[in-house]
Amino acid sequence: MSRSPDRAMRLAFAFAFAALLPMSGIAMDGIGRAATPDEIKAWDIDVRPDFTGLPAGSGTVAEGEVLWEAKCASCHGSFGESNSVFAPLVGGVSKKDLETGRSATLASDSPTRTALSMSPTVSTLWDYINRAMPWNAPQSLSTNEVYAAVAYLLNLSDIVPADFTLDQNSIREVQKRMPNRNGMVEFSGLWNRKGKSDVIAVACMKDCAKTAAISSFLPDFARNAHGNLALQSREWGPVRGANTEVAAGTGATAPIKIAAKAVSAAATTKKLADGKGCLACHGLANKVVGPGFTDVAGKYKGDAAAQKKLEVKVKAGGAGVWGDIPMPPQAGLSDADATAIVQWILNGAAAE
Amino acid sequence: MTDRVDGLGRIRPAPESFLTQSQIAEVSAGRRDFLRKAMLAASASAGAPAAIAAAGSDPAILDKQPWGTTLGKPVASDLYGMPSKYESNLVRRESPGLASVGGASVAFTPLQGLFGIITPSGLHFERHHQGWQDVNPSKHRLMINGLVKTPKVYTMDDLLRFPSVSRIHFLECGANSAMEWANTAVPTVQYTHGMLSCSEWTGVPLRLLLEDCGIDLKKAKYVYGEGADGSHQNRTIPLEWALDDVLVAYGQNGEMLRPQQGYPLRLVVPGGQGVSWIKYLRRIEVGDQRWNTKDETLHYADLMPDGTTRQYTPVQEAKSVITSPSGGQVILDKGQHTITGLAWSGRGKIKRVDVSVDGGRNWQTASLGSLVLDKALTRFQLPWKWDGGPALLQSRAIDETGYVQPQMRQLREVRGTRMVYHNNAIQTWKVTETGEVFNVQIA
Repeated sequence: MSRSPDRAMRLAFAFAFAALLPMSGIAMDGIGRAATPDEIKAWDIDVRPDFTGLPAGSGTVAEGEVLWEAKCASCHGSFGESNSVFAPLVGGVSKKDLETGRSATLASDSPTRTALSMSPTVSTLWDYINRAMPWNAPQSLSTNEVYAAVAYLLNLSDIVPADFTLDQNSIREVQKRMPNRNGMVEFSGLWNRKGKSDVIAVACMKDCAKTAAISSFLPDFARNAHGNLALQSREWGPVRGANTEVAAGTGATAPIKIAAKAVSAAATTKKLADGKGCLACHGLANKVVGPGFTDVAGKYKGDAAAQKKLEVKVKAGGAGVWGDIPMPPQAGLSDADATAIVQWILNGAAAE
Repeated sequence: MTDRVDGLGRIRPAPESFLTQSQIAEVSAGRRDFLRKAMLAASASAGAPAAIAAAGSDPAILDKQPWGTTLGKPVASDLYGMPSKYESNLVRRESPGLASVGGASVAFTPLQGLFGIITPSGLHFERHHQGWQDVNPSKHRLMINGLVKTPKVYTMDDLLRFPSVSRIHFLECGANSAMEWANTAVPTVQYTHGMLSCSEWTGVPLRLLLEDCGIDLKKAKYVYGEGADGSHQNRTIPLEWALDDVLVAYGQNGEMLRPQQGYPLRLVVPGGQGVSWIKYLRRIEVGDQRWNTKDETLHYADLMPDGTTRQYTPVQEAKSVITSPSGGQVILDKGQHTITGLAWSGRGKIKRVDVSVDGGRNWQTASLGSLVLDKALTRFQLPWKWDGGPALLQSRAIDETGYVQPQMRQLREVRGTRMVYHNNAIQTWKVTETGEVFNVQIA
C-alpha cells in the first residue's frame, strides 16, 4: 500500500520525461526476449523495392499460366482482366509505356487502373502475392509459385516474353521495364502532419457566393437504393428517417414502424454461405465468376442425386459444367455446412 | 407555458397515439396530405402549446405505463448489455453495390444517430481487406526487428507489463467520402462519412518498445507495421511520427479491442488514414527505405490530373459534417431545432466550426463541445429555427494550423475528379419544404 503512490510518482515522472527528451529514459528491463534467427526468418517476409528480402527461387511464364488457371482465375479471370470480384490486374499498358516508364492511360479522362498500369515497382506485386494470395488461402504458395504467378502477370502485359523465367536476378531487368516506374510523385504536404496542404481555402463569413447552384443530386429512381431510410435513423425524435418506399413529398415524413422480420433458415444459410466465401464467386441469381445459384437450382431440378453430387463437388472443386474457370476445392468446409449450403442452393437460394 | 421560446421543449403525442389504425393504414398507403391535416388538427390552433391537443391532456402522462406498474427484469439478465430495442435502426450497414465480397468491404458507422465524440465499439466502422479474424491472444506475438540492436519478441502478457497511455483519437478510412468525388452517389451521412469513428485507445507508446529494442536512430528513417491476419496488411510510417504519438494498442473504450478492430493488438497512428492503423499487429520493422507496399502503391495513392500518382499521403486533413439533420432524414416540425455535427483534423485540434444554412453564402460560428482534443472528433452545435422553407446546410472546419476545410470545387481544381482518397470537402444537405433532407453538391 505505502509503495503504490511512490510508484505512480515514478511513472508520472518518467512520462513527463518522455515528452521532453528525445529518448524516453524509461528502462523496462527484462520484458520480452530476443527473437531467434528462425523466428525472424519465418516472419520477416517483406520485399522492398531494392529487392531486400526477396528469397531465392524461380518460376516461368508457362508454370505461372497453369498455376493461375488453378488458383487465381476464379477471382481474377484467366487473363487477370476480370472486374467482377476485384479490380482488374492487367490492362492499360502500351509498348510505349515500357520505354517511358509512364502509363499514358493514367493521364486520360477514363484511366484504366490496373495493378500493372499503376505499380511502379515489381517488388510490390511479388510482396503482395506472397503475403496474401490466394485470397481464401493466403501464404499457401511456394516461393517458386509466387515467381511463376508474377512472371505470368508480367507476360500478360508484354513486359516479359512467353519463354521468360523470373528469378532473383532477372527481376532486376524487369524493374527497368515496369510501365509506370516513373509515374509516382512525392507530396510532403500529406506525408507529414506538419506538412502544408495544396488546397487553400479562406473562411469567408458574409455574402461569400452570389448563388448556390446545385450541381449534383441523387435521381428519384435511386431513392430506395440503400433500403428504406426510415429504418436507418432513430424511430423517435424531432428528425427521423424518410420513408423512401414512397416518392418524396408523398408521405415520406410519416413515421412508420415495420415489425422486424424473423430471421429465416434461408437467411441463416445465406449468411453461412457468405461467411464461407461462396458469394465471392456466385451471385444468388446472377453469374459472377461461377454460375448464379438459381441457375444451379434450375439445372438440377428434379435430380434426386444432385444433393450428394454437389456436396462432393463443393468440397473437391470442379470445372467444365459452367465454363472453363475452375471452382477451387473448399476442403475446409464441414460436411454439415456443405449439406446445408447445397440444400439451400437447390431450394432456390432464397435471400430471406 | 404559452410563452416558452419558440416552442422549445414542447411535448406532442407521437402521431400513432392520436391516429386510428385505419388512419395509420392510409398514411402507410402514401396519403401524406392527409397526415399533414391530421397533424395540424392534433396540434390545435397556432400559439397554443402543442401538448394540449383537443382532448387536452397527454395519454403518456394520464395512462399508467407497463414499466411503471410491473416488476422489472433482474440483474445480469444480459451478461453483456445491448442497446434498447428501440435503437435497433442504428447499426453498421454496407453500401449496396460498393463491394462484391463481404471480406473486402466496408460497413459504415450510423453517424446520424450518435451523440458526443465517442463511437460505441460495436458501431465502429469495419473495413477489411481479407475478412476479420478472432486471434487467440495467448498465441499472438509482436516481433520488432530491422535497424535495432536486439530484435525482440513480446507476448500479450509482456505488453501489459509496460506502462500504458490512453488517448482519444478519430479513425477515418482514407477512402471516406470517396464515392462522392465525382458526383453525389449515396443518400445519408452513414454512407457519405461513416468510415469514421472515434475511440479511447489504450496501449504502449511505440517509442517505448523501439527504445527497448535499441532502435538505431542514426540509420532509421521509417517504421513498418504488419498484421497477422490473411492480408498481412503492411504500411510504411514516418519515423518522427512513430516516435511521437503512435501506440501499440490493445484497449478500446475501456475494454479490449473488438475483433473487427484488430483484437488483440493494433497500431494507433493519430491523424493518419485508417489503413496505417495495422490490425492484428504482429511485426514492426525499422528501416531506411520505404516499402512501396500494395496499399501505398496500387491503392491509397492519389491519381492527379496530369497522370502522376501521389504516394505516401497518410495525413487526414480537417473535415466536418452535419450529422443531424442530414441526408435521408425528415424534420418533423417547423421552429426551433439544433444543428449538430462532427469536426476533426489529422493535423491537430479543431479551432472553429462555421455553419451555413444558405449554401455557403453566409456563415455563423457554431459552439464546440466541452471536449476539444488533439486529432479527435469534436462535436459542434448551432441552434436553428427552421421556417419551413428550403435551406442548404453546410459546415466548415478550421483546425489549429489555420487550415480551412475546402469546398468540393476547390478540391477538384487542384486534384481533379479521378481521386479516390482525401475527399474532405464541405458537405451540403438540402432541406425541402416538406422537411425532407437530401444529399446534394453545389457547383
